[in-house]
Amino acid sequence: MDALLTAAFVSSLLTGAIVAGIPLLLAGLGEQMSEKAGVLNIGIEGMMLFGAYLGFLTAWSTESIWMGFLGGVGGGMLVAALMALLCVRLGLNQIVIGIGLTLGAEGLTSLLHHFQFSRTYPRLPSPDRLDLPILTDLPVIGPSLFGRHPLVYLALALVIVLAWAYRHSNLGLTLRAAGEKPAALDVAGGHVTLLRTVAVLFTGAMAGLGGAYMANVGAGLFIPFMTGGAGFIGIVLAMLARGRPVWVLLGALIFGAALSLTTALQVAGSNVPTDVIQMLPFAAVMLVLVVWSRKARLPAALGQPYERGAR
Amino acid sequence: MRDLARTSDAAPPEMGAEAVGLVNVTKRFPGVVAVDDVSLRIRSGEVHVLLGENGAGKSTIVGMLAGLQRPDEGHISIGGAPARLNSPLESLAAGINTVFQHVMLVPTLTVFENLVLGDAWWHRPPRALIERRIGELRRDFGLEVPLDAITGDLSLGQQQQIEIARALLRDSHVLILDEATSMLTPRGADELGERMRRLAERGLAVVFITHKLSEAYRFGDRISVLRQGRFAGEIAPDALAAMSENAAVDEMLHLMFGSSESAVTELARPARPRGASVLKVSGLSTAGGPEEMPLTDASLEVFASEILGIAGIDGNGQKQLAEAIAGQRPVTTGSVTLEGRDVTGESVGRRRALGLRYLTDDRLMEGSVGAFPVSENTVLKEIGAPPFWSYGLERPSRIAAHAQDLIRRFSVRTPGETTPIGHLSGGNIQKLLLGRELSGLSKVVVFNKPTYGLDMQNITASRQRIREIAEGGMAVLLISTDLDELLELADRIAVMDRGRICGVLANDAARPAEVRTAVGRLMVGEAPSGAAE
Repeated sequence: MDALLTAAFVSSLLTGAIVAGIPLLLAGLGEQMSEKAGVLNIGIEGMMLFGAYLGFLTAWSTESIWMGFLGGVGGGMLVAALMALLCVRLGLNQIVIGIGLTLGAEGLTSLLHHFQFSRTYPRLPSPDRLDLPILTDLPVIGPSLFGRHPLVYLALALVIVLAWAYRHSNLGLTLRAAGEKPAALDVAGGHVTLLRTVAVLFTGAMAGLGGAYMANVGAGLFIPFMTGGAGFIGIVLAMLARGRPVWVLLGALIFGAALSLTTALQVAGSNVPTDVIQMLPFAAVMLVLVVWSRKARLPAALGQPYERGAR
Repeated sequence: MRDLARTSDAAPPEMGAEAVGLVNVTKRFPGVVAVDDVSLRIRSGEVHVLLGENGAGKSTIVGMLAGLQRPDEGHISIGGAPARLNSPLESLAAGINTVFQHVMLVPTLTVFENLVLGDAWWHRPPRALIERRIGELRRDFGLEVPLDAITGDLSLGQQQQIEIARALLRDSHVLILDEATSMLTPRGADELGERMRRLAERGLAVVFITHKLSEAYRFGDRISVLRQGRFAGEIAPDALAAMSENAAVDEMLHLMFGSSESAVTELARPARPRGASVLKVSGLSTAGGPEEMPLTDASLEVFASEILGIAGIDGNGQKQLAEAIAGQRPVTTGSVTLEGRDVTGESVGRRRALGLRYLTDDRLMEGSVGAFPVSENTVLKEIGAPPFWSYGLERPSRIAAHAQDLIRRFSVRTPGETTPIGHLSGGNIQKLLLGRELSGLSKVVVFNKPTYGLDMQNITASRQRIREIAEGGMAVLLISTDLDELLELADRIAVMDRGRICGVLANDAARPAEVRTAVGRLMVGEAPSGAAE
């Protein structure tokens, strides 16, 4: 077990926690806003995958990672716009539509990628890193924590911004009202449909950005089905976080670490079979759900379409 | 706060001028005309009572004034000019604020957060301003508004005060209170009445919706009565001021329940000798829920060859009573006795086998499986039992024969016994379910609103059948919200109000008008005046 305490192991675990955790964080933050507003956004996996595809494609054709992120945001919002139209405007079943959008995005991205690249997987150049002076030079944790892509720090800043907005601005209040009792918000003069639409679009943007980060920074290429359930983990995070962005961050790092344990253990030269290690993140998900899910508190009107004056 | 700065766009109307009105408004919902050609004028400085039973159209009118629903015909007028209220926001902008029957506050937010709800999301709530205004409201109207309490922890009375405070913060011209006293204690109701008076004196138009006559008399300046979606009449302020409470209550009862034209066809009831006691209910109570009234200490006895009617405004515990008797709802205390045998702990199936039958008011959701053929619906309550099942196998031919027999005997109009029951009309489903309940050995039948939603022809046929059942020696418990139906069929009428049986009267066929008035008074929570058993 000495292998577990080596600098190489700790360093690669931390790196992995961030690289794998950032997409989860973005997805979780996005889903959190939808859920606050009362929309259970199961289509987030599809939004993430479409964001990854479009993000990669934009980055590959413009040769700019940042344009790629923009493409990812656009891709996610495209799927989200469909979800908002069907579930918020027309009040269709959120679960059915969400699953449909995820399956649709999986099929469509695979197909488009195959048309364009056949069976090759072109790589992007490795991305810029924001090397913070002094901090990056710290031993072991330095390069893992402080030598990351600028988007990582933007995502962390977003956690703070959202935490502040949910707590101190009318936005958090209005979102909670839309999720708990949309009729009360409506008769108080709020705009339930508009607010829910915006929340779903925000989810799409965040999920798409997370997907683009996965493709452009994490992997440097696009592979069909590459999100591999990260969006669904985002849903779990949002449900367990009880509306607090900081808890989403914490959860994302834990799940990210679990996901990257495979690499870290291999780096450390552990002789545990890789099959067992690859199972760990999912065991972690189940464990966390067993321990915490009783404490998850979901908005009362989550998943229910709102129709004014319905009898 | 936007709503404080902007308040409403319209200028405050003068005292006595029309603040808001309905002009020949009609509103339909699938299968029902909720409001039928109603015109109303709500004046500033007046407490205008809208009185009517459940289903009279009061809440639909509130919905239209609050911008939740739009009239199908006619229009709403504001300050005398035609106006459209397409959303709650437009209604608020026109100075109309509504306190709904069900509290429209978010329970998980604090009171302060609920007060600023609906403001633009980028604004920061003006705490100091709200605190100052709330202080004024406390002084002027005695409204208690604990700003930092979690709304869901407060009593319904307190939540209602918060809703009124919210309306006043917005400087409304019209305040609508929909069934505002239904959740209040008598003292709370009196305080509300006092507040409405003070608001009207300040020039607000107050619309107070209720089905309680004494409150209408005590709190109102003007009373408009609605009956089955239509405007039934009005008592103007000077007329009302000149009336004693008793005279006003009689006038209101006349407007609310006054015998309709259809009741002229009322049949003379042949007297049936009543037999032995069949069903006895003593001290029956059920646990209530957040949206549901508990049944409290209900006792009654039904005899063979007798129809005991249960009158009451819908939602006063009738369904709870029926389900507790049928065994579909757990009881907290009390007992149900069938022919001297205590069946309180018995299952639905066992009670049915002993001869207790229940015909639900919810024909489609609870009484039948819409997608199943007629034949299977006729044996829905006997799944697995012989002769329709033997050795665990379904016997389709026996079920089909049974269904054909019921279709013939109860003249159900259906293409065949294989048609899904959901394709049949309400009246035909009702006939089939009645046939199902009457097959086998039945001793007592509980009907819950048996003619609700049927057309005239089916209503007549159903009533005839209920009469035949009693003549055949069975005991009948007939729950109905249609007073004419009870006066026509029942031998005795028990009245339910707020989950209790508040009186039992003999239905004396010789003096229907007196019985009608006495039952009507009990239904709306007035003390009985004679005639009680």
